Amino acid sequence: MKEIRVCAGGACIASGEAAVRDALLKALKEKGLEDKFKVVETGCMGMCSRGPFMVVDDVVYNKLNPKAVNEIVEEHLIHGNIVEKYLMELPSKERVKEAFKEHPFFSKQVKIVTRNLGQIDPGSIDDYLERGGYKALEKALKEMKPQDVIEEIKNSGLRGRGGAGFPIGLKWEFAAKQKDEAKYVVCNADEGDPGAFMDRAVLEGDPHSVIEGLAIAAYAIGAKKGFIYVRAEYPLAIERLTIAISQARNRGFLGKNILGTDFSFNIEIRIGAGAFVCGEETALMASVMGYRGQPWPKPPFPVEKGLWGHPTVINNVETLANIAWIINNGYKEFRKYGTEKSPGTKVFALAGKVKNTGLVEVPLGITLRELIFDIGGGIPNGKKLKAVQTGGPSGGVVPADKIDVPIDYESLTALGTIMGSGGVIVLDEDDCMVDVAKYFLEFTVHESCGKCTPCREGTRTMYEILDRITRGEGTMEDIDNLEELAQVIKESSLCGLGQTAPNPVLTTLRYFREEYEIHVKEKRCSAKKCRDLISYVIDPNACTGCTACKIACPTNAIEGELKKAHFIHQDNCIKCGSCMDVCRFNAIFKVSPPITDEETEKAVEFHLTSKNS
Amino acid sequence: MDKRYQALEAYMKEVNYDSSRLLNILHKAQQLFLWLPPDVLKFIAEKLNIPISRVAGVVSFYNFFSTKPVGRIQIKVCLGTACYVKGGDKVMERFLEELGLQEEGQVTEDGMFSVHAVRCVGACSMAPVVLIGENDFYGRMSPDKVPRLIKKYRQVAEKMKQEVGENA
Repeated sequence: MKEIRVCAGGACIASGEAAVRDALLKALKEKGLEDKFKVVETGCMGMCSRGPFMVVDDVVYNKLNPKAVNEIVEEHLIHGNIVEKYLMELPSKERVKEAFKEHPFFSKQVKIVTRNLGQIDPGSIDDYLERGGYKALEKALKEMKPQDVIEEIKNSGLRGRGGAGFPIGLKWEFAAKQKDEAKYVVCNADEGDPGAFMDRAVLEGDPHSVIEGLAIAAYAIGAKKGFIYVRAEYPLAIERLTIAISQARNRGFLGKNILGTDFSFNIEIRIGAGAFVCGEETALMASVMGYRGQPWPKPPFPVEKGLWGHPTVINNVETLANIAWIINNGYKEFRKYGTEKSPGTKVFALAGKVKNTGLVEVPLGITLRELIFDIGGGIPNGKKLKAVQTGGPSGGVVPADKIDVPIDYESLTALGTIMGSGGVIVLDEDDCMVDVAKYFLEFTVHESCGKCTPCREGTRTMYEILDRITRGEGTMEDIDNLEELAQVIKESSLCGLGQTAPNPVLTTLRYFREEYEIHVKEKRCSAKKCRDLISYVIDPNACTGCTACKIACPTNAIEGELKKAHFIHQDNCIKCGSCMDVCRFNAIFKVSPPITDEETEKAVEFHLTSKNS
Repeated sequence: MDKRYQALEAYMKEVNYDSSRLLNILHKAQQLFLWLPPDVLKFIAEKLNIPISRVAGVVSFYNFFSTKPVGRIQIKVCLGTACYVKGGDKVMERFLEELGLQEEGQVTEDGMFSVHAVRCVGACSMAPVVLIGENDFYGRMSPDKVPRLIKKYRQVAEKMKQEVGENA
């Protein structure tokens, strides 16, 4: 029986995977092929912008819909002909079966964490076992002492993939040395950075790899109980983890006397409830214990006094998904990838203004340029790269001229941003840096838990200043205050959330200060993004009078008769941009600073000269 | 007693009335009641033998828990970075406008719809995205796709109303 793998990652589900799967099952039934082909829904295959995907005979079909599936069933499955129009474009036709290795999106990737994604049915422990699953746990329990496991991980140089990059082996060693009967391991699956979705993909696509990693961690430090703290926003991940845990228990990989050894270990799932701060480890522990997710001061560190006052190791999903691989293959093999100080790989979620969006796992040390242009395929619509945002609300922006810096913990920190959990959001010339900073601050204001004053009050004040600037009401003093406030919040906040919250502002100020000053001095937004500082204008020479914009306008700000050039009345315009979205003739453009109706003609004239030059 | 209370108590019993599982219990309660009325919080506090202030404190802390009624069909518009960059805010505005709501969190007069902004749902490559109900996911949204979606869900809402009518 041949396997047909259909990607059921989050993005493919969003682009119609269910319809594709149903069409496939229906076609197989109709053609009497049910006994010959088995349909397996897998985790994320990575190249989210081209879903839904299916793989049969190693041939990868992309951008599928039910009609495409019927064609493929008829042509490929029955007649054995490859249906070319649904293939990804490849260097040569002979290499059609190597798409996942040789397409530029995949060729630079190294799959350690994502080794099973797209390969197995996440609901099947047998699939996981077939690919060497739980071998590492067996090896650790039967051939290694806890200290050996810790040594192996220490030697591998694996660092925390959740953001801060703390050496995992050291963390485990601290916890192992604590003399306490009760110890805990916790998997931090509270992936909250906007723009990051690698943990979700791993939890949904290969839940056993996380369970195995957590069990090995527990063995290393001497814990009998573990928690997986998953955010409530990931119901599918919770469902798959629940299934995987009970499977592991039934097969004796969890529970009492695992694999016939003295080691006993159980895992419980705790569900978050939509609080970003719970990704911070002390807040997370408060939440696991059923309290408000507010952080407490460190030290004592969780490895000394964590859950219920006992030593606790908290590792993120991606970190744990590395563990079994390292135990199986050895630290030397792991160190073949990455850099001296940042060994191994990192999974990045590529999003924003980039052609190939999706999940990529690459060796640390590659450059942002390779990530965005080689793997990501560059910026769509002929636009220019302006900056790259890494590390979510705790990170910052890297300007276009610094993207040749290698991606590792230290280099990104030197640029003022952080690796964070691996969200990479590509920004182009249409993105306003003040607006981006404001967006992140709004996020932090909303997510600040309120316990300490610098974060609670400080981020709000920063947000208010940014809001003033984007409305054209800022002063030069505001910019200085913003910078000073940012430093104070960084130094005096209680937890990581507040300490890193100013980073988006600090980095945009560092690299794009001029843009702030233009907002203040000229009341102008150079990216033409800030609503209060722009006007929408119709170019009467390009307008065909199709009335599409007039119909779309929610405030009746557009005047014009059929087949005659239209006009936007600025007083009525709320700058929603609907007109521009529906215009098929490229006749609507934006100007900054905003104009009055009387200035329209001049604005059009200026627009035409700058367009022609 | 209301069947929903019975179901909630059964769940608490299943987890041994363990107060460290308060979040999971509240999730269960909200699943049953759609929101968390004061009586339910009191019920939970009594059964777990913890002060109601702790329950209320936890409820008010987390975004997921609602102490106000919500629409039977919740429309969640993602305003995560990628969605925001790609115009999620405009999609949000259009939903409010089409449903005649003043602001997010409000419920339509018939109690069927409410619109909520959510933080990143982890499908940034499909930005902007909208989540309707529990499982229906719409990627690459734009304001002009909103009216058609609302039309679709008005039909779902009608069906729900009929079902409720039949059960009553």
